Amino acid sequence: MIQNVWLIPAFPLAAFLIDGLFGRRWLHKWTGIIASAAVGLSALIAIGVFLEVLGGHERTTVTLYEWIGVGDFHINIAALVDPLSSVMLLVVTVVSFLIFVYSNGYMEHDHGVHRFFTWLSLFVFAMLILVMADNYLLMFVGWEGVGLCSYLLIGFWFERPEPYVAAKKAFVMNRIGDWGYTIGMITTFLVFGSMQFTQVFEHVGIATQANLTLICIAFFFGATGKSAQLPLHSWLPDAMEGPTPVSALIHAATMVTAGVYLVARSMPLFAAAGPSLAVVGIVGAVTAIFAATIALVQFDIKRVMAYSTVSQLGYMFLALGVGAPVAAIFHLATHAFFKALLFLGSGSVIHGLGGEQDMRKMGGLRRKLPVTYWTMLLAGGALAALPPLAGFWSKDEIVAAAFLAGYPILWAVGILTAVLTAFYVTRAMWLTFHGEPRDHHLYDHAHESPAVMTLPLMALAVGTVVLGIAIGFPPETGFIHRFLSPAVEVEGLVEHAPEAATILVLAAISVAAGVLGILVGLSMYVRHRPDPAAVSRAAGPIYRLLVNKYFVDELYDRRIVEAFRAAFGAMWAFDVHVIDGLANRLGWLAGMSGSSLRRAQTGIVGNYALTIVAGLLVVLVVYGGYAAGIFTR
Amino acid sequence: MAVPLGAFIAVSAVLFFIGTAGVLVRRNAVVILMSVELMLNATNLALVAFSRRFSSIDERGSVFVVFIFVVAAAEVAVGLAIVLSAYRNKPTVDVDEIRQMRG
Repeated sequence: MIQNVWLIPAFPLAAFLIDGLFGRRWLHKWTGIIASAAVGLSALIAIGVFLEVLGGHERTTVTLYEWIGVGDFHINIAALVDPLSSVMLLVVTVVSFLIFVYSNGYMEHDHGVHRFFTWLSLFVFAMLILVMADNYLLMFVGWEGVGLCSYLLIGFWFERPEPYVAAKKAFVMNRIGDWGYTIGMITTFLVFGSMQFTQVFEHVGIATQANLTLICIAFFFGATGKSAQLPLHSWLPDAMEGPTPVSALIHAATMVTAGVYLVARSMPLFAAAGPSLAVVGIVGAVTAIFAATIALVQFDIKRVMAYSTVSQLGYMFLALGVGAPVAAIFHLATHAFFKALLFLGSGSVIHGLGGEQDMRKMGGLRRKLPVTYWTMLLAGGALAALPPLAGFWSKDEIVAAAFLAGYPILWAVGILTAVLTAFYVTRAMWLTFHGEPRDHHLYDHAHESPAVMTLPLMALAVGTVVLGIAIGFPPETGFIHRFLSPAVEVEGLVEHAPEAATILVLAAISVAAGVLGILVGLSMYVRHRPDPAAVSRAAGPIYRLLVNKYFVDELYDRRIVEAFRAAFGAMWAFDVHVIDGLANRLGWLAGMSGSSLRRAQTGIVGNYALTIVAGLLVVLVVYGGYAAGIFTR
Repeated sequence: MAVPLGAFIAVSAVLFFIGTAGVLVRRNAVVILMSVELMLNATNLALVAFSRRFSSIDERGSVFVVFIFVVAAAEVAVGLAIVLSAYRNKPTVDVDEIRQMRG
């Protein structure tokens, strides 16, 4: 099965080609069925590959062909199949499949449905390439591919201005991150003479600390762009302008985790590169709490989820930073399930309300959308890290790892973020599903989504409930640890063998944090003690700061975008006046010389003949002159 | 008694000059073509003369003459065709009258 690993991306690629070529004219809604079937087949093969890796194939490289071979520079189209990539393949294909099925219902009434499934299939293909690649260059192909598809799908409804502005923003911010990736990739090649993961990681020792740090910081900068970490986080909330399944798949479950995967994959480099891991951890922790505070006050249901995603990705980087890559990947997997479920649930609500996303107009919807409500409740519990749901096991491991690795401040930030997370998820659930309907017109027309949408919700809910306990129990030594540790843990990182009591106390604190957040949320929104409106009035400036997302967009606009505008304005002027000017002058010169020379074209044959004879005479005279020695050189 | 090379060259030069003068001064397109023919044959004469004179070294000059025959035939065919088309367009063969190509 491992030898057939290339079939996994081949199916979505085929679906992309079929849907792209024949979708608009002939296939229409069949595009969704074709794409879903293709991704389903990929998921089956991914399961097979996973089981085979589980059966003892620690690390296999499946080479398709040599891509580039110039001198000493060899890059193969090759897949590195090890526990890490097999887990990623599994998560990506399974979650994609469920979201594809869901999309068949969600996009049913959209006239661009063929376009949607074309780009979504291409996205899955690119994501799989990213995950499978055995070298940084091939990974970069997938990296750019997912960025492109993200752009295309955020701007899917390009008739309205917001989506394409958001798409452009996402693309530009991703490109800024890609710049870091490129620097890291090129430096890797210069230092190690190879871009292949296995070769680079074997020779980590030959690089100087300065080089390693440069590589790691550059790669991490790339990761911040893709995974929406500070300072490149602000594109992700705007990306919610895309269709909700896109938000679920690309901007929650898969693409945004690419940065986490990159750092986890490059763990041998990061572990050897002194301060870089600390940078990763601190950026992750700051992002986690930063985004969680913004999520407290948003009213757009999808934006709450978007900031929650940024925050959870921060947790993953926090885990990587404290040297717990297994916990990071574990959280990546569980988060893919419960966050995809939260997004799809939000999508189901939005679908049921005919496009309304503002939670202030919802309320009481649990009676109208029971399946959506119960599945989202489970996902919300997982996000709030309530045992025994999936999020508890992974988030608890991250927070515990921070404590055990000797970063009490990062641990405290993690716990505080957990309180905030539990609070905002309670708030979102309450505003949406409980209380009295606030917009009766919307409420009366609300309806539960069709089975094609609710079945994926239930499937994801099953994952949300069982995944954590199935692979994460017991903590620190569960299945996921035994499976992933050989692939991602490296020497130099401290191995923690904490006592059971320590783990229990840490888990208790983390659960208490979640429960505290939920209780505060319930108290505020059910019993109005304290009343949310009063709190926001009392916290005036802070509230405004949060509602305006710390004014980061304004800061970027004012300081950076304006500066770039000025610089590009100058370049534009240079282009118009100097470069185009030069070209225009040359054109004018040609025109002028042409119109003066046209007088020579008299149209009288005799003149032409005379000119020829005169020329001949000149040649003869000169040639004869030289021959006779009259002229000398 | 062999005719000296100089005589051939002189005849050739005279023919070439007559041809050139014809091309330059005559206005009838057909006559101009005939003059061009004269120039080509003047060249042929010179080539043949040189070829015979230096036959011990190189006789390829006479081969070249054959090429010129062929080119001349093609040239006349094309030239007459052009004259014919020009005549159909405007019933004259006077090259001073045919000035549509004026820039």
